[in-house]
This record gives sequence, structure tokens and C-alpha cells, in this order.
Amino acid sequence: MAEDSLDDYIDAASKLLKLPVEEAWKPAVRANLEVSMRLARVVDEFGFPDEAEPASVFTA
Amino acid sequence: MSAVDIARAVKDKTSSAIEATEAALARIARHDAVLNSFTDVTAERARAKARAVDAAIAAGRDPGPLAGVPFAVKNLFDVKGLPTRAGSKINRDLPAAARDATVVERLEAAGAVLVGALNMGEYAYDFTGENIHDGPSRNPHDPTRMTGGSSGGSGSAVGGALVPLALGSDTNGSIRVPSSFCGVFGLKPTYGRLSRARSFPFVFSLDHVGPLARSVGDLALAYDAMQGPDAEDAACATRPAEPVSGLLDQDIGDLRIAVAGDYFQKNVFPEATEAVGRVAKALGVSRTVEIPEAARARAAAYVISTCEGASLHLDRLRTRPEDFDPAVRDRLIAGAMIPAPMVDRAQKFRRWYRSRVAELFKSVDIILAPATPCVAPRLGQVNFVLDGVEMPVRANIGLHTQPISFIGLPVVAVPVPLEPMPIGVQIIAPPWREDIALRVAAALERAGVVAAPPPKGI
Repeated sequence: MAEDSLDDYIDAASKLLKLPVEEAWKPAVRANLEVSMRLARVVDEFGFPDEAEPASVFTA
Repeated sequence: MSAVDIARAVKDKTSSAIEATEAALARIARHDAVLNSFTDVTAERARAKARAVDAAIAAGRDPGPLAGVPFAVKNLFDVKGLPTRAGSKINRDLPAAARDATVVERLEAAGAVLVGALNMGEYAYDFTGENIHDGPSRNPHDPTRMTGGSSGGSGSAVGGALVPLALGSDTNGSIRVPSSFCGVFGLKPTYGRLSRARSFPFVFSLDHVGPLARSVGDLALAYDAMQGPDAEDAACATRPAEPVSGLLDQDIGDLRIAVAGDYFQKNVFPEATEAVGRVAKALGVSRTVEIPEAARARAAAYVISTCEGASLHLDRLRTRPEDFDPAVRDRLIAGAMIPAPMVDRAQKFRRWYRSRVAELFKSVDIILAPATPCVAPRLGQVNFVLDGVEMPVRANIGLHTQPISFIGLPVVAVPVPLEPMPIGVQIIAPPWREDIALRVAAALERAGVVAAPPPKGI
């Protein structure tokens, strides 16, 4: 995502979540979100069948 | 003295619980100014408990298998009378805990003596052992280095031989990383094996608790005392205790052991390769297996952690953001903003990955892997250079632990006493088979390949 649009997303999510993000924190929040989303995309690209069930009830 | 030796001496009346307790308190008073591993020393409580253990012995009662053994706990475990700070500034405003954590109660019921609470990374979201509020815990082999996190004080206190036994928690590596950096043994049991009741959470899906010690026997003794169902932790398994202390001398010749290849042989410094190599050689292992999709497992663990962590702390992020460590706060805020389908997919991947690793365990009993990519970095170190590439330290310390705890596999982290700094190796077993991981660790200990080195930094 382009830098501007990620900033826009952070602003929108901040409002939606009622989670204040001060200007001074934004570069670090954005850097963290970039890392998190890069790793989330690794998961996203796995290719899930419709039958895949989450491990929300997990037993080892 | 080891926990096993202390308990034996106390029971034999060649020593006493109060002597062992006073000795631990004296070591803490002498060395913790350097190590900064303790945030609370519960001296009066400890003396009262020790006297009760000695009185029980004098009255002819069985004091329990950990009679008079001093121990300390990461400060996310409830200790009656203390606010459970979990490494944070914010939680210091909580009322004092009304009751001890289940695992503290069980260790004390076995005769052990709690001497204090230990430093940790804020809210356990940490691999360094540094803490902006309490200062860093320091490595007992070189106080200019990290202890590893987030159970940094636990690694430091045991590695520094202040106490023979400590408890930590492990969501993505927080027992195994400090065990590696501080040169001690650590057990991250199977997910659901030990109760987390009355410990401050981080990531419900991935949180485990477990012991750190200076020998395999001590690790097993503590683990046995803590096992068993607990209705107060929704994830705690209902299976009965399966004691392991009596099994440690069993032969391991029948076990199929392999080294984790591919992902687990990348992003490592030479010392990690050397440590795994020494362990493999001692066990006569030449086989390599590939844990499938380990990189994706690490990514999924990261996503689940940051999202569940954000959910846990959302109200505090709204009301007291300035009281967080800014680095933790900014990570959690980002975690709150991950789109929900990504998290659902991470949990779907988790189930798929668990089934694939279960298949792998049909052909192998134990898998060996590095515990950390490197020995303990310097305190405050931000980057390291690996294969000519500069990489951030914090994000990469847990590369090899995260894909394992992601599906709750039991692991014993064993310390290989390299010079000048020790480093750990993970001995990974199938679910509920802590016994075989501990047997392999014990065999390596008997062979002199793994050991907790004496602290040389204090």
C-alpha cells in the first residue's frame, strides 16, 4: 500500500476503534503495521480451501 | 546447590529450609544490584514458609519433594499481597493479588519457598529482557548483554545462581530465549499442560507457563509438582499428571531423533550452528527433517500475537497510552488495525500446520533446532549483521522458537556452554511427550554436552 493510503488507513482505523494515535507515534505505528501486514500477507497467500477450520478451539 | 540436593538435605535434616532460604536471600542481596533480576523480594513471606517446612519435618510430616527449595516467579504471576505488574507501569495501580497463581500454590504445596518476583519485558511483548520502567535484567555471564525476553529476570536469577528454580511464561519463545542467552535449562510444556490461572495473559491462543532451572532433574521436579488439571484456566487440559522425574535415566537409544533443516538452518550465526551440531553429534544424529511451512507458521504466530495482544490492551491503549513503553504501545496499536480476515486465516493455517507436523512426528520422535539465532546481544543493540545483511535484533530473536510454540509443542531448551557465552538448543517433542524431551536433555547432561555454566559476570 502506498504510504499516503496507509496513513489514511491508520487515521480511519484510529477513528473507528476510538483509539487515539498522536502524530508523533504515527511513523512507528506505520512501520509496525507494515511489518505486521507483510507477515499477514504471507499467511493470506497460503491458499485456503473453503473447508479450512480455524484453531480457535485449540488442543495440542 | 541444586533443587534436588536442597530438598534432600532439608529432608535429611543435614540442612534446613530456613538455611536454604537465608542463603538465597543473601545471594540476592549481594548480586542483584548488578543483575536487576528481582522486582520484589518477599523475604518475610519466605522466612515464614521456610519455618513452616522445617516445623513439618520436625513433626514427622512429609514436607514435599521440593522441601525448602527457594524459587522466584516472573512478575506476571499473581503473588498474594503484590500488584501483578507484568512488567508494566500501568498494572502497578492494580489492587494487590488476593491469591497466588495456581503454579505458585502447587510449588509451595510441594515444599518450595517463594523468595520474590522477577523482572520481565513489558506485558511479555519482548525478546530482549529490557524494561523501560524497571531497567533491564542483566546477563549473569556478561552484564553488558541482554538476558533475553520476556522472562529475562527468570533467566538472570537462575543463570546467576541466585535461585535454583524460577517460573516464566512463553508465548513465542519467552522461556526458551532467556534460557538460551543465560545458559540455563527451560521447559515450555505442551499448550494446556500447566495452569495459567492467575497469571497475567498476553495471547490466549499461545500462552504457556513453565520452569527454568540449572539441571534437568530440577526442571522435572518442578514440572511434576505443577502438573494436573485446573478448571480456572480454560485451556488447561483435563488429563492427569504424568510425572517424569523417575524416567530421566531411561535409555534413549530407541528414539528417532533428527535435526530441523531448511528454515531452522537459515538466519543463524555460527554459534547456533555449532551448538546444534554438538548436540546432534553427541546423540549420533545425522538425519535432517523439514518442518513444512515454518516461515509461514512464524508469520501466523506474529499476526495472532499482535492482534490478541492489542485486543487485551485496547482499553489501556485508549486511556493510558503514555504509560506504556512506547515501543510496545506502537506495536499494539498496529496490531489493533490488522484486518480481521488475516487473523482468522492465521488461525486456519494453525490447524493445517498442526496436522502436518503431527504427520511428521509419525516418523520422528525428537527434533533438534536452535533456540536463538545468536548468543546474547549487547543491551540496547538494535541491529545485527547476518550473511552481510543488517537485520533488526528484536524481531529476529524468536525466529526459531515461534513456529514451535505456535502449535503448542513441548520443548526443553538445553544450554550448550560455548565460550565466552552459552547458547541454547531446542529439544522438540510431539504433544504431551515432555517425558522424551526431558530424557534426551538428561542424556545430554550426563554426557557433559549441555550444562548451566557458573555465572562469571557477577
